[in-house]
Amino acid sequence: MKKLINSPETVLDDALAGIAAAHTSLRVDRDSRVITRAAGTRPGKVALVSGGGSGHEPLHGGFVGTGMLDAACPGEVFTSPVPDQMLAAAQRVDGGAGVVFVVKNYTGDVLNFEMAAELAQDAGIRTETVLVNDDVAVDDSTWTAGRRGTGATVLVEKIAGALAEQGAGLAAVAAVGRAVNAASRSFAVALTACTAPAAGKPGFDLPDDEIEIGVGIHGEPGRRRDTMRSAREIVAIALDAILTDQPMSAGDQAIVLVNGLGGTPLLELYVVFAEVAAALAERGVVVARNLVGNYVTSLDMAGVSLTVCKADAGMLALWDAPVNTPGLRWES
Amino acid sequence: MDIDLARAWVQAIAAVMAGERDRLTQLDSAIGDADHGVNMQRGFAAAAAALDDDGLKTVGAVLVKVGSTLISSVGGASGPLYGSTFRAIGKALDTPQADPVLFAAALAAGLQSVQKLGAATPGDKTMIDAYAPALAAFQEEADAGAEFAAAARAAARAAEEGMRATAPMQARKGRASYLGPRSIGHQDPGATSTALVFRALADTAARR
Repeated sequence: MKKLINSPETVLDDALAGIAAAHTSLRVDRDSRVITRAAGTRPGKVALVSGGGSGHEPLHGGFVGTGMLDAACPGEVFTSPVPDQMLAAAQRVDGGAGVVFVVKNYTGDVLNFEMAAELAQDAGIRTETVLVNDDVAVDDSTWTAGRRGTGATVLVEKIAGALAEQGAGLAAVAAVGRAVNAASRSFAVALTACTAPAAGKPGFDLPDDEIEIGVGIHGEPGRRRDTMRSAREIVAIALDAILTDQPMSAGDQAIVLVNGLGGTPLLELYVVFAEVAAALAERGVVVARNLVGNYVTSLDMAGVSLTVCKADAGMLALWDAPVNTPGLRWES
Repeated sequence: MDIDLARAWVQAIAAVMAGERDRLTQLDSAIGDADHGVNMQRGFAAAAAALDDDGLKTVGAVLVKVGSTLISSVGGASGPLYGSTFRAIGKALDTPQADPVLFAAALAAGLQSVQKLGAATPGDKTMIDAYAPALAAFQEEADAGAEFAAAARAAARAAEEGMRATAPMQARKGRASYLGPRSIGHQDPGATSTALVFRALADTAARR
């Protein structure tokens, strides 16, 4: 294992020190491991809190800022944060209008956020939870823990964050977050496994000429193994899975996220985006907005995740609203 | 079980989790996300340290403290699952000394708590597959009038058998469930750490 770290035990603390030093717009509490906006939450504004295991940067700390999150709770690498962190975050950012927890559907994240929501309510803070479960690579059945939450998390945080910034109430902010999740589907393909610092070796063995189709964002294996293919063929597999689950017809508008998993150059992500855009255009689907880059990563894993959100006009307007975070920034 | 045994048990778990950290992580690497060993080590090290508090006057107070510390320091799924289990066991032991029958009832409360939270049943390839047989074995020995150490020994054996039985199962809960049939052939890391917890109890009780 070759990594730019000091020691596997101190990776998170050392990274938080760097985040604090790099971004003066953020306030990083290294003791409670909570990242908030340096300027705090405007009184009366619904607060958005998210979090999850570290190793997915810029998710989640990189999305704290105007128009998106109010706080993020980074857990240990690939391990969800603990309820104390989430409670501390909720208490720090509640502007009196309540807190929306954005939670990715992994057993650990769900359990810890459930506990945090109970603690927050005991402390007199109103909470709503938006569960993100967009990954069509796993069946949503009674035989699994349900679909994983992946790329759509960025879309949920951006769009719900914009509505909160405009002053909407707790229920409305949670509702738009749930609507974005319901309209979003994702699928990921890994070209290599990733190496967690504490494990010291790749999470799974993947021969040079094979790819793992349908991975999650922790390098956990997905649907099946296959031989390496062209970008066009890989996009076809991912898009088929997405559109089979959520059919789209000519004239539908989409927000498309082509997301690098950490070890894939932008050059390749643009090759992928060209194929996605062409394939959707063939079906008459309009790519109304797009993001191409590393937004929800899996440490050093090479590969890509594709997220397609069937967006309505309201979602697009909220998408266009200004956002100013380390990981996502634009003027309206 | 008295307060000293409860403390010694937790210290023994902390020691065994440190020793077995890499093996648990390897098991988790096969069907999960390779953090179970590190998480167990961190959690029980914190739990053992938290017991330096002299204000713990009952077995229950010790074990509730363990559970709360696990919830506050582990994260992932195992933090809440192990944490709530220890809290539930502790809440049922509001006494400085618990006989085997009372301890069996507390273990049963622990199982109920973890099942409520994780919604897993035997056969799902989770920690329940080690915990449920361990509880049954402890209960049977306790009801037959066995000493604490003998009941704990039976529980540890049953947990280990249950642990080994998870290898051929297909996971239906947690991250391993995403693997479907590919989870078959791998021993469950949660069942393995649970077996370690019961083995630590048996070893600690035997030394007294």
